[in-house]
Amino acid sequence: MTSEAAAVGLTHEASEDTGLGHRGPESKSIVVPYGFWLFVLSDMVLFSALFATYATLAHATDGGPASNELFDRTLVAIETLALLLSSFVCGVAMIAAKRGNMLWTQIWLLITGLLGAVFLFIELYEFATMIGEGAGPQRSAFLSAFFTLVGCHGAHVTAGLLWIGTMMAQVWAKGFQDHIMRRMLCLSVFWHALDIIWVAIFTIVYLIGTLP
Amino acid sequence: MFGKLTFDAIPFHEPIALVTGLVVVAAIVAIVAWVSIKGWWPYLWNEWITSTDHKRIGVMYIVLALVMLVRGFADAIMMRTQQASAVGASQGYLPPEHYNQIFSAHGTIMIFFMAMPIVIGLMNFVVPLQLGVRDVAFPTMNNVSFWLTASGALLVNVSLLIGEFARTGWLGFPPLSELEFSPGVGVDYYLVALQISGVGTVLTAVNFVTTILKTRAPGMSYMRMPVFCWTTLASNLLILAAFPVLTVSLGLLMLDRYLGFHFFTNDGGGNSMLYMNLIWVWGHPEVYILILPAFGIYSEVAATFSGKPLFGYRSMVFATLAICIISFCVWLHHFFTMGAGADVNAVFGIASMIIAIPTGVKLFNWLFTMYGGRVRFTVPMHYLVGFMLTFVIGGLTGVLLAIPPVDFVVHNSLFLIAHFHQVIIGGVVFAVMAGYTYWFPKAFGFMLDERLGKMIFWCWFIGFHLAFMPLYVLGFWGGTRRLQHIDDPTWQPWLDVALVGAVIIGIGIVLTVVQLLYSIKTRDRRLDVTGDPWDGRTLEWLTLSPPPHFNFAVLPDVHGEEAYWMRKQTALKKEQLVEEPDYKPIEMPLNTPTGVICAFFASLCGFAVIWHIWWMAILGLVGAFAVLVWYAWRDEHEHVIPADKVAELERERRRIRSEQIPTWPRPA
Repeated sequence: MTSEAAAVGLTHEASEDTGLGHRGPESKSIVVPYGFWLFVLSDMVLFSALFATYATLAHATDGGPASNELFDRTLVAIETLALLLSSFVCGVAMIAAKRGNMLWTQIWLLITGLLGAVFLFIELYEFATMIGEGAGPQRSAFLSAFFTLVGCHGAHVTAGLLWIGTMMAQVWAKGFQDHIMRRMLCLSVFWHALDIIWVAIFTIVYLIGTLP
Repeated sequence: MFGKLTFDAIPFHEPIALVTGLVVVAAIVAIVAWVSIKGWWPYLWNEWITSTDHKRIGVMYIVLALVMLVRGFADAIMMRTQQASAVGASQGYLPPEHYNQIFSAHGTIMIFFMAMPIVIGLMNFVVPLQLGVRDVAFPTMNNVSFWLTASGALLVNVSLLIGEFARTGWLGFPPLSELEFSPGVGVDYYLVALQISGVGTVLTAVNFVTTILKTRAPGMSYMRMPVFCWTTLASNLLILAAFPVLTVSLGLLMLDRYLGFHFFTNDGGGNSMLYMNLIWVWGHPEVYILILPAFGIYSEVAATFSGKPLFGYRSMVFATLAICIISFCVWLHHFFTMGAGADVNAVFGIASMIIAIPTGVKLFNWLFTMYGGRVRFTVPMHYLVGFMLTFVIGGLTGVLLAIPPVDFVVHNSLFLIAHFHQVIIGGVVFAVMAGYTYWFPKAFGFMLDERLGKMIFWCWFIGFHLAFMPLYVLGFWGGTRRLQHIDDPTWQPWLDVALVGAVIIGIGIVLTVVQLLYSIKTRDRRLDVTGDPWDGRTLEWLTLSPPPHFNFAVLPDVHGEEAYWMRKQTALKKEQLVEEPDYKPIEMPLNTPTGVICAFFASLCGFAVIWHIWWMAILGLVGAFAVLVWYAWRDEHEHVIPADKVAELERERRRIRSEQIPTWPRPA
């Protein structure tokens, strides 16, 4: 807390107890994840706007295919499994990193990324099949909303994969320094947040959408 | 190779746009040449462009905003001239397609690149000082935010000379803004510029919420924060929750335009009212994002120049937070005419009236702060009083507009234009002018000229009322907004008065430049030696003017609600300063070119997307990512200011302060 905390005036000077915030600025290990949490929350708002759009346009099929004619529950189940499992593995990678085990950190991060890639691959396969059937995003407002909502999540997963790759290289090159560990924490927060959003997509788009 | 970009994009056939564009280019070339001849580039690069110092970044935001104010005002005076000269048989001098670009650019620039940067600039400069800390939570990200905002501003202004700007108003409503009806690049300029600057704004909000909630001087609990910090917090919470929705609404419109999606199109099941809902879910909180920090500035000004603590501090905090929440429940009042039904309209109408209550609470608080105080009628105080008079009228016309049946009559009329200019100029612009005058000595170590300052105030005050009161009348007579030509010759006198008003505001803006130059020239006789020229009450007045890079040699220990005032009164009573502390070395963040290089690639990518130059767009994205990775790989994070250097600077401050103690004003 000493050197890093002093960077932006983050020192703990003694002061009277006044309740919240009495100790002075928090250390970077608090400040950085806190800021990242706020970013994730604003990302959630972004998704909530996309969910609202989807809900508004879900029945605007313009004579084209409706949701219960398009989705394949089995495929989505495998997809979901891959993503949830990758989140678990990401947690394991964090434990390995905390113990300072380079080999296992790299292995678990790699598996996290691979499972994410499996998820992404299935999603792209689904998109390609739908477009092949003439149910592309240009077909109707409903399909525009579907491709945008699910695709935006997919874009986040892609960004996450890029981050995982960069993080693996960085951990390898720099070791488990404090600031690297903070980034690892942010990465795992991001990766878990994508899970939460996926659970909502799974429920609202796929489960409700495949009701007869 | 270059997508849609050809030489036809340069407006050779539009003399006004071409000449303006060339003048701007010539001015930029001249400035670059001047800076090069003087050899100022290393200084600008090391001390400003790459700076992570919140004070420097704040000043850069304000400079950007003032430049954009000139651009936006040029648009405004062109509109007023056109309307005054295009009555009856005359067609004026601006053809419709040009006039439409001008009103769209005016709104876009004034909100996104003038009001937002100037408010964020003041927050940047003031908040860490008021909290008694050394910088914001994420200094490098702060620099990135600024340059992304500048990148958006750049793209909007590039449209002047290359291509065209949107003709669809400041919010780009579909279906008009869809490819079918706006096939040109104007709407794309609008969309891309706002997306890039929007990223910067969200990062700013992350930064400020973290700074205020997690990094405050020891002892500064929530209920001891200055009101400006509270309003900044509320405003940035609104940004966090509202700007992603803007990103989505603009993003969906981009998908419609670029990839043929059907969100807001007339065919394919699209629903353009969805866009209205989404954009106003952002748009209404946006006006509170601007006005809440303004309220904060007025609170600081009222307390300082009345020589009293702010009346009803707690009610001020609660009113701020109430506005913060209710502002999310009123968006539908922007389109009562949508036809959502009487019940829905009633709910949103009532919510819109309720939001006037906490605002009223604030007004009474400022009045009671002045009541019984020793009021000093300085320039910021002029703006406060002018604001209270103007804003009450603007607020009441707002309550009128919140009544759905009334709104059906004056929807999209000049009455609405007059209303929102009254709250934005009377509220936000007066506040930032007050804040600019109030904190200028803190930033630069000398005061702005008081006499010229008062003249500027009167220009704004009189000019505003002359320019917009006639619009209320014309609105009642059925005048709709955005008219390029006016049929009814009886409107002529009112339009002339409005033009005169705009010219008077223009004189005020010219005088602002004159005031700045004159004050710089005569700065030796207006120096702020003590660092506390206004007899202030909050922590920014504890340091010297301008403050050292690290703001405070030792973080101030906060006791009581008015941290600095209490400290000052104790010193005056004891006739001495607090004990000299033990100085320690201070680590400060390093400067970095990450922000400006990132913004360079973002601008490149944005320009490429506008003109469909796909290879360049990819280049821009890869470049921006590479810069971030390069930055993430750095090994050196901070530089250290040694303890003896800190001690030297701080002892100088203590010497000045000790000398001042006998002459300082004592409370009556």
